[in-house]
Amino acid sequence: METLFFLIITFVVLVSAILVTTCRNPINSALALIMTFFCLATYYVMLDAPFMAAVQVMVYAGAIMVLIVFTIMLLNIRVDAAKKHFHKVILGSILGFFTLVNTLFLLIKGQSAQPTGPYSGEIIKQIGHTELIGKEMFTNFLLPFEITSILLLVAIVGAVMLAKKKI
Amino acid sequence: MEKYLIVSAILFTIGTIGVLTRKNAIVIFMCIELMLNAVNLTFVAFSRYLGNLDGQVFVFFVMTVAAAEAAVGLALMIAFYNNRESIDADDVNLMKW
Repeated sequence: METLFFLIITFVVLVSAILVTTCRNPINSALALIMTFFCLATYYVMLDAPFMAAVQVMVYAGAIMVLIVFTIMLLNIRVDAAKKHFHKVILGSILGFFTLVNTLFLLIKGQSAQPTGPYSGEIIKQIGHTELIGKEMFTNFLLPFEITSILLLVAIVGAVMLAKKKI
Repeated sequence: MEKYLIVSAILFTIGTIGVLTRKNAIVIFMCIELMLNAVNLTFVAFSRYLGNLDGQVFVFFVMTVAAAEAAVGLALMIAFYNNRESIDADDVNLMKW
């Protein structure tokens, strides 16, 4: 049953990812990308990470995609011109094929360490995923968490500066 | 475990092909988001397999970087559109005009 569900989700995620790269109209690409994000959230639920799924839907499908769709509509971009660049497509496909072979080889043939950490599926279900993530983030990863806030501040300042009339 | 990694590799490849073949800067940007999400899926799958939550904390940081990138990148695109009336990546051919 879970395998069947996985196959259905995989089909949807691959079709929508291909639509993202092939649609002429950027709005259609954006909608397909939202579908991809929802499918990835489903994968996270299947991997016992419900909090990551919620964050995925809120941050990616909510915040970032709203920004992108807003920009597309603000700029009023016309549909891509009909002229094709075959050399570009062929070159891109060849490079993409080698990327696929490389990543698949690394992921399948690579030697991975044995499970070492203390958080198995049962423990995550017992204690709660959100609590464990919070504990981890505010103890071991406290410094990166604080640095993240500086990154966000820099992004805000940069966006305001760039959006001015005169740069 | 392997099935998630294979899906992630295919998604990453689709994103790469999109970045290499499209001209519209916003579509290129969306393909980069797709690649970031493929990496996130790998992080979560490995985190589940190794029984270690570090990977999921890193997914958090990747999402933060993606949000900052969205804000700055889209502001850049709007500034570029105001100057050039276009957002084709091929039109970005001068440092100063």
